[in-house]
Amino acid sequence: MSAASHHAHDSNELVHGHDDPHHHHDDGMPHVTLKGYLTGFILSVILTAIPFWLVMAKVIPDNKIATIVVLGFAVVQLLVHMVYFLHLDTTSEGGWNMLALIFTFMLLVIMFAGSLWVMHNMNTNMMPVSAQDMRNMP
Amino acid sequence: MSNTATINNGSAPEFYLTEEHHVQNGTMLGFWLYLMSDCLIFACLFAMYGVVGHNYAAGPSPKDLFELPLVALNTSMLLLSSITYGFAMLEMARNRKGATLFWLFVTGCFGAAFIGIELYEFHHLIADGAGPQRSAFLSAFFALVGTHGLHVTFGIIWLITLMVQLAKGGFTPVMRRRINCLSLFWHFLDVVWIGVFTFVYLMGVLR
Repeated sequence: MSAASHHAHDSNELVHGHDDPHHHHDDGMPHVTLKGYLTGFILSVILTAIPFWLVMAKVIPDNKIATIVVLGFAVVQLLVHMVYFLHLDTTSEGGWNMLALIFTFMLLVIMFAGSLWVMHNMNTNMMPVSAQDMRNMP
Repeated sequence: MSNTATINNGSAPEFYLTEEHHVQNGTMLGFWLYLMSDCLIFACLFAMYGVVGHNYAAGPSPKDLFELPLVALNTSMLLLSSITYGFAMLEMARNRKGATLFWLFVTGCFGAAFIGIELYEFHHLIADGAGPQRSAFLSAFFALVGTHGLHVTFGIIWLITLMVQLAKGGFTPVMRRRINCLSLFWHFLDVVWIGVFTFVYLMGVLR
């Protein structure tokens, strides 16, 4: 779309108000394309199918390594969904979307990792209590 | 006289334009902030599952309970509903009301199939004596997966509401914004489900 036709749309907007259908590229609407959605869909099908296959067919004998691989696929798929389905980039809403996401991610990591860490430490540092000990407790 | 007229002509439209854009951006940013707070709710539930997910109370473990083929089917339902919502967004960009309604309807069907499969799974678990009251692991499991299922259920109700509004009123800027908000919500639920099937189901079976 040339600059001239863009201006024409702007002046249309003054006359018709909200009715101009071509004017939704700068009013908060994402720019959607078929290619973007199909790319996201195919990528996420692949990224979903592989971890399911890995676990169901027991491809990796070591469970710890399999867990790390499955988590890796999940992180990549999260990013694919963010970019292709949620249309997130650093410019949407003047960068505020990204800022909110980063802040949320920070809270999430502190809360999640902190909970697991603290509770794990607590579990391992607690003395094992037998039924006998329970009865003798003050 | 002519001077004031030009001042009015020159400044008034600009004022209305900036005001309108400000409001539009406010809604989308506000909805995004809501999604982020929802994300924190799910993060708390995930953390709870991570902490108590190993406490079986001598009851069944994930390996005994989870049927991965069913979960794979469920996941594909949600993925398909994501792409069909994408098609609805594309048709909305082309201003084709009928096609948009059709794809929204297909999305709703896939969402309903997802909920149906999940309810079948829950019913199966509870009938087997593995209800939420059986162990801390199962309480956390039902809280996490149930919250996600409730979100999808309300998403479907929202979807039907928007379909009725769209069929009656057609594409207005407000309508586009609502469909766009639901798009974010729907894809966000898909993102949360990635976390659920990885962290709960796949890692549970690997445990």
